[in-house]
Amino acid sequence: MESDELLINMGPVHPSTHGVLRFKLRMDGESIRECTPVLGHLHRGTEKIGEMKTYLQFIPYTDRLDYISAFPNNYAFVKAVEELAGIEVPLRAEYIRVLTMELNRIVNHLVSIGSLLMDLGAATMIMWGFRERENALQLFEMLCGARMTFNYIKPGGVREDIPDGFMPKLNEFLKDMEKRIDDYEQLINGNEIFHMRMKNIGVISAKDAVNYGWTGPTLRGSGVDYDLRKYEPYSIYPDLDFKVCVRNEGDSFARFIVRMDEMRESLHILRQVVDNMPASKEISSAKYGIAPMTGTPTAVSSYFPRIFTPPPGEVYSRIEAPKGELGFYVVSDGTTKPYRVKIRSPSFCNLTAIPSLVTGLKIPDLIAAFGTIDVVLGDVDR
Amino acid sequence: MFANTYELIVFILNFIGIYNPINDFFKMLGIEYVLRIIIVLVEIAVLFVFILLTVMFLTWMERKVVAMVQARYGPMVTGPRGLLQPVMDGVKLIGKEDIIPAKADRWIFTLAPFLIFIPALLVFIPLPFGESLIISDLNVGLLYIIAISAISPIAILMAGWASNNKYSLMGAVRAVAQDISYTIPLALSAIAVVLYTGSLSTVDIVTAQSGTWFGFIPKWFIFLQPLGFILFLIASIAEMGRIPFDFQESESELVAGFFTEYSGMKFAMFFLAEYAHLFSVSAIVVTLFLGGWSVPFLSFIPAALVPLVSLGVFLVKTYAIIFFAMWLRDTVPRMRIDQLLKIGWKIMIPLALINLLVTAFILTAGRF
Repeated sequence: MESDELLINMGPVHPSTHGVLRFKLRMDGESIRECTPVLGHLHRGTEKIGEMKTYLQFIPYTDRLDYISAFPNNYAFVKAVEELAGIEVPLRAEYIRVLTMELNRIVNHLVSIGSLLMDLGAATMIMWGFRERENALQLFEMLCGARMTFNYIKPGGVREDIPDGFMPKLNEFLKDMEKRIDDYEQLINGNEIFHMRMKNIGVISAKDAVNYGWTGPTLRGSGVDYDLRKYEPYSIYPDLDFKVCVRNEGDSFARFIVRMDEMRESLHILRQVVDNMPASKEISSAKYGIAPMTGTPTAVSSYFPRIFTPPPGEVYSRIEAPKGELGFYVVSDGTTKPYRVKIRSPSFCNLTAIPSLVTGLKIPDLIAAFGTIDVVLGDVDR
Repeated sequence: MFANTYELIVFILNFIGIYNPINDFFKMLGIEYVLRIIIVLVEIAVLFVFILLTVMFLTWMERKVVAMVQARYGPMVTGPRGLLQPVMDGVKLIGKEDIIPAKADRWIFTLAPFLIFIPALLVFIPLPFGESLIISDLNVGLLYIIAISAISPIAILMAGWASNNKYSLMGAVRAVAQDISYTIPLALSAIAVVLYTGSLSTVDIVTAQSGTWFGFIPKWFIFLQPLGFILFLIASIAEMGRIPFDFQESESELVAGFFTEYSGMKFAMFFLAEYAHLFSVSAIVVTLFLGGWSVPFLSFIPAALVPLVSLGVFLVKTYAIIFFAMWLRDTVPRMRIDQLLKIGWKIMIPLALINLLVTAFILTAGRF
């Protein structure tokens, strides 16, 4: 039978496009013939703003890229600046940074898995995930006063030291989380319908995934053992014991399982960080002729010059953010502001593969595959 | 005891001693049929109010059950434990602007909510809520129920088509495909029950399930027809259009499915119909497989109290099924439409046919 092509505009206002992404779908009944993502509805010119703000002023803007996990964004930019200016960081500061980033990884995966399941029609997981996320956000709030946009990691260290009562609460969270992840597995993983919806959906081969520039859990779901924390170590990751979670299937289910496993690994890392946290109170670098932070925690930003000029040069610095490789390319011309800031965001690179993933599948599969790619639109559009 | 509620009301009026004076009064005027009409209208009014209250309660219950599963409180502000939340929702929906999209087919667009709401109420006519508590004991009761439920796909298709919205249309097409493919196993497993009773009357079906085997196992058809029960339950949940089969809405894919474009009271009517449907389908499951209002101990109860007690029994069983449906909704994801159809046609219908065949064989063999 002949059937007319149906053109559907999915988004930018749609319950499951995670923000303002728009898909142009050419449909044959329920099957997708062609899918074109239309980006840019959330474009805020962040990279251009980077050229107009001083190095310190730009850090809050990085919070707004991937707003689900803002610590790694902070850190990625700060790491670039530190490499540019050759700033050394005290060990305790590095430990605190890794602590925040791994906590943030758990938060990110909770949101990711939760919204994936909500898109599949099982709304319970996101509520459970947000219950634990709330505990983590309260920890963040204790640390720096903010729940989502932190502006916490500064060149040379972090803004404030860990407050009293933080560590017991963190330990409680770690203990609690262990059990909760088992709960999630029982709720989701033991469900036959979930397997039906996820397995062999949105399959991508390792080669294609690499060619599309995939990184992070999405790439590791396709069987590529690639994790910057392990193979291009930064911060204190060389000292930590963790394994890279890889699955070989390359389908939506594999990507989901990788995220589940990574949450456990993050818990493992967090426990090591808690155990080995250096006792010194030094959380900000003494370089640039500033007194190191000692004694009671107060605002430390005053110890670091508001305006500083790194030597001319350029640097590309990348980290393993929860969603994949997050890179900042910063060019300094020796003034107080960067000459150029280019952001290589994982969401954007991962999203580009969507058309090839879903062509020939159905709309529900598009939702499932899109959910496992874990995209935040603030990160895509910048 | 009584064939239907009409006779029950007449009996009660007689018991109080006011039936004859009233009847004589109307007879004097030569319009005794008016009394009959009044009694019937009272019945309908009671049923209507009961269903509306049930639906309101169900919306509250749904939120509370979801909240329980998801470690939340649910509505807590309006009324004690949020019990008045449905009233507030109703008030809000009445206050909303009634929007008809510019390019919609106005007549069909307006007609569809009524066409889905009225059958949802009509289904209750041959449902026995308790002993003597039935509006009309039709001799084709079960057939009537299945036939009336089959109207809703037409209304859904009308709503989806008339909205002139692609999501609505897709939701409607899905809903119709699903309804058609799940009505068949539903009817087939119901027929297996009818083979036992030899009657389509719902009262006969319930009466056939009273009594016990060995003195403690109630004679419910769930024990004779376990496979039939499971098939019927799954098909019922598909009929209700709830997760894992909520393709008519599938909000994360099709925004809100066939009622995307509806607002205000028209939206409310879809909503009410959905919950009325939830109640009626659960009630049918109870009637067919869980013994309806009958329980083993009912014979020990004074005859005057039987209608009330049986109503209570019926409601407890129905709410158990409803709770199961709500619980299921909170724990499983949605299936995909092709998977759903595959299961419907390739697994459910063959199984239902086999079940019917085996039942027929056993019954025929038992006759010799």
